[in-house]
Parts: sequence; C-alpha cells; structure tokens
Amino acid sequence: MSDLILARSQMAMSLAFHIIFAAMGIGMPVLMVLAEGMHLRTRQPVYLRLCRRWAHGAAILFAVGAVSGTVLSFELGLLWPAFMDQAGAIIGMPFSLEGFAFFTEAIFIGVYFYGWNRLSPVLHWLAGWIVAISGTLSGIFVVTVNAWMNAPAGFKLVNGHVTDIDPVAAALNPASFHEVVHMTLAAFVATGFVVAAVHAFFLLRDPANQFHRAALGLALVVAGASIPLQMLSGDHSARAVARLQPAKLAAMEAHYRTEAGSPILIGGIPDDATRRTRYAIRIPDGLSILLTGNPHGTVTGLEDFPESDWPSVRIVHWSFDIMVGAGMAMFGLALWSGWAWWQRPPLAQHRWLLRALVAGGPLGFIAIEAGWAVTEAGRQPWIIYNVMRTRDAVTPMPGLGVPFLVFTALYLFLAGMVALLLRRQFFDTDGPAAETAPAETDV
Amino acid sequence: MFEFIVIVFLFLSLILYALMGGADFGGGMWDLLATGPRAREQREAIARALGPIWEANHVWLILVVVLLFTAFPPAFAALTTALNIPLTVMLVGIVLRGSAFIFRKYDSSAESVQLHWSHIFGAASLLTPFFQGVIVGAAVSGQIHVVNGAVTSGFFAGWLTPFALACGVFALVLFAFLAATYLTVETGGQPELQNDFRRRALGSGFALGPVTLVVYLTSRKGAPDMFHGLDHWWAPLLLLATSLFAIGALLGLWRREFLLARFAAAGQVALILVGWSLVQYPHLVTPDLTFANTAAPEVTLRLLVFALGAGAVLLLPSLAFLFYLFKGRRTATQDRPVK
Ligand code: HDD
Ligand code: HEM
Ligand code: HEM
Repeated sequence: MSDLILARSQMAMSLAFHIIFAAMGIGMPVLMVLAEGMHLRTRQPVYLRLCRRWAHGAAILFAVGAVSGTVLSFELGLLWPAFMDQAGAIIGMPFSLEGFAFFTEAIFIGVYFYGWNRLSPVLHWLAGWIVAISGTLSGIFVVTVNAWMNAPAGFKLVNGHVTDIDPVAAALNPASFHEVVHMTLAAFVATGFVVAAVHAFFLLRDPANQFHRAALGLALVVAGASIPLQMLSGDHSARAVARLQPAKLAAMEAHYRTEAGSPILIGGIPDDATRRTRYAIRIPDGLSILLTGNPHGTVTGLEDFPESDWPSVRIVHWSFDIMVGAGMAMFGLALWSGWAWWQRPPLAQHRWLLRALVAGGPLGFIAIEAGWAVTEAGRQPWIIYNVMRTRDAVTPMPGLGVPFLVFTALYLFLAGMVALLLRRQFFDTDGPAAETAPAETDV
Repeated sequence: MFEFIVIVFLFLSLILYALMGGADFGGGMWDLLATGPRAREQREAIARALGPIWEANHVWLILVVVLLFTAFPPAFAALTTALNIPLTVMLVGIVLRGSAFIFRKYDSSAESVQLHWSHIFGAASLLTPFFQGVIVGAAVSGQIHVVNGAVTSGFFAGWLTPFALACGVFALVLFAFLAATYLTVETGGQPELQNDFRRRALGSGFALGPVTLVVYLTSRKGAPDMFHGLDHWWAPLLLLATSLFAIGALLGLWRREFLLARFAAAGQVALILVGWSLVQYPHLVTPDLTFANTAAPEVTLRLLVFALGAGAVLLLPSLAFLFYLFKGRRTATQDRPVK
C-alpha cells in the first residue's frame, strides 16, 4: 500500500473511532441533565440513580474521547503537514475556539463527576448543563473546519499563495450550516437509540424494572425528537451538496449521466468503466423531484467531470444508502414507539418493540460512520475541495504502515475494553433484580 | 503586537501544562514506583488527587497545539514532520495513560487487575513526559533544518542526541519532583503517607541537581544556542531566582512546611520554563524557524488574541472553581473511595 493510502486509512480509522466517543460526548450529558432535572422536579430517587449510572458510563467514554481527540489534533500535522501549513491560518480559529470549549467541558466534567457531595443539587445540575453545552459547541466548531474543507471560503489564492484571509468568513463557509445541524442532530439520534437499546435489553428480562423504564423513556424522548428533524436536515444537506459539490452528489446517487428526469438509484453496483449502475432499484424522476422540485429537472452526472476528479463512486453511493436506510429504520422505530405508547403504555410491555429497539441500537452509529464516509470519501481527490489535492498534502514521512498498525491495534484494544467495562457497569452493580418496581429507596 | 501576545499565551500554556499536566505524569510515575506497606494507599492518594482534574490539565497541551497551528502554521508543519517519530510515541503514551487511568477505576477491584492497569498507567506516565522533554530539546537543538517550508534534515535529526535524551530525563525527574511535592499537601492528615511522599519529593528534588548539570553540559554540543543563552545579562538573575525557589522547596519539604514547598516547587518549575522560553525566543525551531517568519497574517492573530482574551475571562474563574472545589479545602475524607 502506498503511504498516501496508509495516511488516509490512519486518518479515517482515527476519526471513525473518535466520532463514536464524540457523539456520546454530545449526547450523554444531555441525557444526564434530563434525568437529573427530572429528579429535581419529581424527587423520585430513580432518576437520580439513573443519572449517576449514566455518569459512570459517560466517564469512561469521555476519557477515551479526550485521548483519541488529542491524537487527532497531532495527526493533522503528522499526516497532513502541507494541509495544516495552508489551512492553519485560515481555519485554525474554530479549532482554537474548540480548544476553549474542551477546556470548559473538561473542567465541568471534573466538577460534575466528582462533585456530587460538594455542590448543591441545583448547582450540580447547572454544571451538567455546562458540560452539555460545551460538548455540543466543541462538536460545532470542529465540524465547521470540516465544512471549510468541503466548501473553502475566506481567502484568495494568488499564484498558489494564500492571501486576503478572513477567518470569520472561513468558519461561516457555505457548508457549515448544514453540516453542523446534521452532525449535532446525529449525535442526539445515535446516543438516544443506543441508550434505548441497552435499557430495552434489560426490560426484556425484567419488564417491571422502574429504573430501566425511566431510562428507556428519556432515551426515546431524545431519539424520537431528533430523528424526524434529522431526516429534514439530511434532505437539506443533500440540496446543499448538489449546489456546492456536484461531483460528490453524483457519486452519492451513483449518477453517471447528466440528464433530465433523473431517477433515484437505490443500491446496485456502480461501474466506472461502463459508467452505469447495474441492479439498482430505480425510482423514476425521483432525484430530479428531490433536488429541483421538477420531475424533468436536470441533474449533473459524473460525466461532466474529468475522471481524475471522481471520488470512489461505490464507497460514496453505498455509504449514502446505508445512512439513509438506517435513518428510515430509526424513523420507523420512533413511530412505532410513539404509537405503542399512545395505544397501550407502558412501553415495557411491548416485547416486539423492545426487541426491535435492541436490534436497532447500533443504527445511529452506523449512520454516522456511513455519513462521514459520504462526506470525506466524497470529497476525494481533494483535501481542500478544488484547492489542494490529498496526495499533495501527505507527509513525506516513509513507513506510515507502522503508526497505522499501532494505532489500529491500540484502538481495537480500547474499544474492547470500553465495551467490557460498560457491560460491567450495567451487569454487576445493577443486577436487574435489585431494583424491581416498589423497592425504590436508596439513592 | 498581537503576535507577541499569542507567543506569551503559548509559553504560558506550556508552563501551565508542565505545572499541572506534568504533575499528573509525575503522579503516574509514583504510582508505578509505589512500594512498601502502604503501596496501595499511595496509589489511592494519587488517584484521588488526579481524578477530578487530569482531563482539564491535559487540555493545556491541546491549547498549545491549536495555538501553534493557528498562529504559526509552518512551524507546526515542520515540527510534526521532523519529529514525527517521537511525537507518535508520545501520543501512544497519552492514549495509554488516560485510558488506563479510567479503566483502572471502573474495572474489577481485584488486586491483580488493578495492578495490571497501574503498570500500564505508570509506564505510559514515564514514556510520555520523557518524549515531551526529548521533543522540546530537539526544537532547540539547532539540528532541524527547514528550507522553503520543507524539512531537509530528515526524521531523526535533533532528537537522538545526548542533549535531547537528557532533556527527556530532566522532564521525568522534574515532574516526579513536582508530583511528590504536591502530594505531600494532598495527603495532609495521613502522616505516614505524607512521609512517604516527602521522602520521594526530597529524593527527586536532590536528583534534579545532577540532571540539570548533565543537560547543561550536553547542551554545549547538543544545543549551542541554549548553552550560550546563559550569556544574557538576565541569565544570572534568573538562575539565582530559580535556585532560591529550589532551595525554598527543599527546605519546605525538610521542615514539613508543605504548602510553602508546593508554592516554591511550582515557582521553580515555572522559572525554569520561563528561562527556557527566553532562550528559545525568537526561535521556534532553532535555527531556521522563528516566530516572525512563521506567523500567520495579522487578521488571524488579532482574532486569536480576542478569542484568547474572551476564553481567559470564561476559563480562569471556572478553573479556579475546579481547584477550589477539589484542592482548596482539606476534604479528602469526604471523597468517595477510589474503589
Ligand atoms: C444519525 C445519523 C444520521 C442519519 C439518520 C442521517 N445522516 Fe446524513 N450524515 C450524518 C448522519 C446521519 C453524519 C455522519 O453526521 C454526516 C457526515 C457529515 C455531516 O455533516 O453529517 C452526514 C452527512 C450527510 C450528507 C453529506 C453532507 C456533506 O458532505 O456536506 C448528506 C447529503 C446527508 N447526510 C443526507 C442524509 C439524508 C438524506 C438522510 C436521511 C433521510 C440522512 N442524511 C440521515
Ligand atoms: C470534523 C472534523 C473533521 C476533519 C477536520 C477531518 C479532516 C480530515 C482530513 C484532513 C482527512 C485526510 C485528507 C483526505 O483524505 O481528504 C480526512 C479523511 C477522512 N476522514 Fe475526515 N475529518 C473530520 C471528520 C471525520 C469523521 C468524524 C469521520 C468518520 C467517522 C471522517 C472520516 C474520514 C475518512 C473516511 C477519511 C478518508 C477519506 C478517503 O481518503 O477516502 N472524518 N478527514
Ligand atoms: C480532525 C478532527 C478532530 C479533532 C482534531 C478533534 C480533537 C479533539 C480533542 C483534542 C478532544 C479532547 C478534548 C479533551 O481533552 O477534553 C476532542 C474531544 C471531543 N471531540 Fe473531537 N476532534 C475532531 C473531530 C471531532 C468531530 C467530528 C466531532 C463531532 C462532532 C468532535 C467532537 C468532540 C467532542 C464532543 C469531544 C468531547 C468528547 C468527550 O469528552 O468525550 N470531534 N476532540
């Protein structure tokens, strides 16, 4: 494998790992403050215990999020020095703001996790809010950097030299809004469904358990409120991509020819050589309707771009379908849950729903990973869209296979440990029998 | 002007990282070296001290990195290229340190499991600051060359010299000393533990002397700029002040005035780093890259200064609150045990 491929793989692997913890870092604090808020309001001890139990899990996730994020900030230079050389002055600003958001978050994580006995309940709750807000802000800031790579703005390029830098315009680039909204919602969706799955699992064994009922309820409120918004936001993202990065859109849709009345293609096998996508399910005129509002609207295909500027159509198209499919499935789960609750609460009695929620737990994260594959692989061969090619940004360092293997092994180990320890958190100290309905006394 | 303010913030963040994050690494080393009948209690005291603050302390490093690549992007590109290998090793250390610490807390409390994580935590706490010292040493070594933005001295220049390695050892001993001194204050009320850490602090404090000498001697060939930096008019004054703080720290430890010792040790470390920054300035990577020739355009620096100002207004009170909450009062007994 070439060093370029290895560098890209290492970057992709590190980000794919970090994003899981980052998304939980945005979602978990919200769940925790909701639970703690319910406790402040209702004084039911079950909510306080829930909040504490979630906090235990979140502490592990936060630590791994922090270390894997640190790796990333160095990797930007270790793998892409030429990129940082050009981009630093333009888009370093949001990274610096992100630094402050991390700082606030890290400080109040300390206050929150270790301050149960040292703060009044309301102050403690407020500290949780600060964690939630600063976590969300750090996600927002860093995503604007990524948006800038997709829609570079705020500078001029004269003979290969960057001039007229405007960091504010760079941060508020045309892709920022849709990426920020879509990613933030994604964090809530993914956290909500994965947490719901854990508690649905325990409810299958012990449907009367108040603790898990409360947890499932809160998680589903968060997940269910965000998934419909996420579908709307995804549609908005697709329109923005059609405007800003038509080649990426064409790859997402596996759409080789520029034509009026474009169909939506679902699945299938895109083939660059013949410029056709075979075996796909077709929805006639669908793409034209979605993007132009007109069944005869024209949609640009890949043939309008030189082949050297094409991203990998298969990766981008399949990833896009996976994301949308996962989104639809989660939307379905949310509808089912809402309907079940409306018809015959509590949810804990709907065993098939619980089973479906357990099975659907990973969908949010699958969608996040697939969505990022769309965004990042779809930007190729550019690291800064239409400005700098990825191959021109890669480090001259040889032997990149070594760090790639080392970090892959390290992250696999961490992932295994995190899974094991989270399991411990729930199985050991929270044996389902321990908290069946009326026995709600201790805190 | 803005450039200068950013530089001050950069060095300040680095110093604060050493004072806080450095001590956390030192804590990890003493965890690894925990011995005697109270080994377990030592480990628990260390874990209690680190628990609430290590993530916040760690962010100083991230601040250094983002400031560097926003304000001096070519320097970041050159450093990450020339020092790719030691930086990568340091990162592995950072990952293992942070995760082993938290895994230990949430894994089974069985002695063997706990020890297993302790060893990883401790080993990573040795690895990371050692390489941080090496990296800082390499940046002043004068052996990393950059021509037209491209590193021409390869991937091994500067960091495999006796001087850089001595800097690594210096960082280890320095952080060990800081940590042990802080821990004497943290263990107030537990005289035996306090004694353990007092002995460790004294030992590492005295060890700092010869190690400093080695750094100085190796710098003659390994970092001539640094060696001759001591010719500046302010050098003797700074040296004097640093020595006074060092003596204050040792005396404080000796006479069991631990608050004084903590203050003096922190002052000593801060002054060492101030001296180092003064010698380093105006170079970022000696000899080819200076702050001036790698600085981002004025707009970026100006915005960054505003952001830093606003950030400081928000952060410093929060940070003060964090330390007040967990370090201000002698409330160790209120804490829930580490498990
Ligand atoms: C829970 C996760 C999730 C769900 C259910 C969806 N997405 Fe998504 N999508 C993401 C999570 C995500 C993401 C991982 O967060 C991305 C990567 C970059 C970004 O801004 O969000 C993304 C990117 C992304 C992009 C590329 C944006 C760009 O490159 O600038 C498009 C066009 C869509 N999405 C469209 C959709 C559509 C039409 C969806 C469903 C109907 C959908 N997404 C559901
Ligand atoms: C928001 C902040 C992000 C930034 C600043 C960022 C930056 C980068 C950079 C610099 C590269 C290497 C250059 C290139 O291949 O174009 C890259 C590649 C990549 N990133 Fe991102 N990224 C971000 C988020 C993510 C996330 C969260 C994921 C995944 C879950 C991701 C997935 C990938 C993948 C798959 C590649 C390799 C693309 C390819 O080579 O085909 N990125 N990213
Ligand atoms: C190249 C891209 C990225 C870099 C350089 C980066 C850097 C970092 C760093 C240094 C940290 C640790 C902060 C600490 O010590 O507390 C961190 C944590 C975090 N990052 Fe990233 N990150 C990147 C991508 C992303 C993306 C795409 C998101 C999500 C939207 C994100 C959201 C977060 C969040 C929420 C945290 C706090 C996580 C936690 O505490 O668990 N980051 N990141």
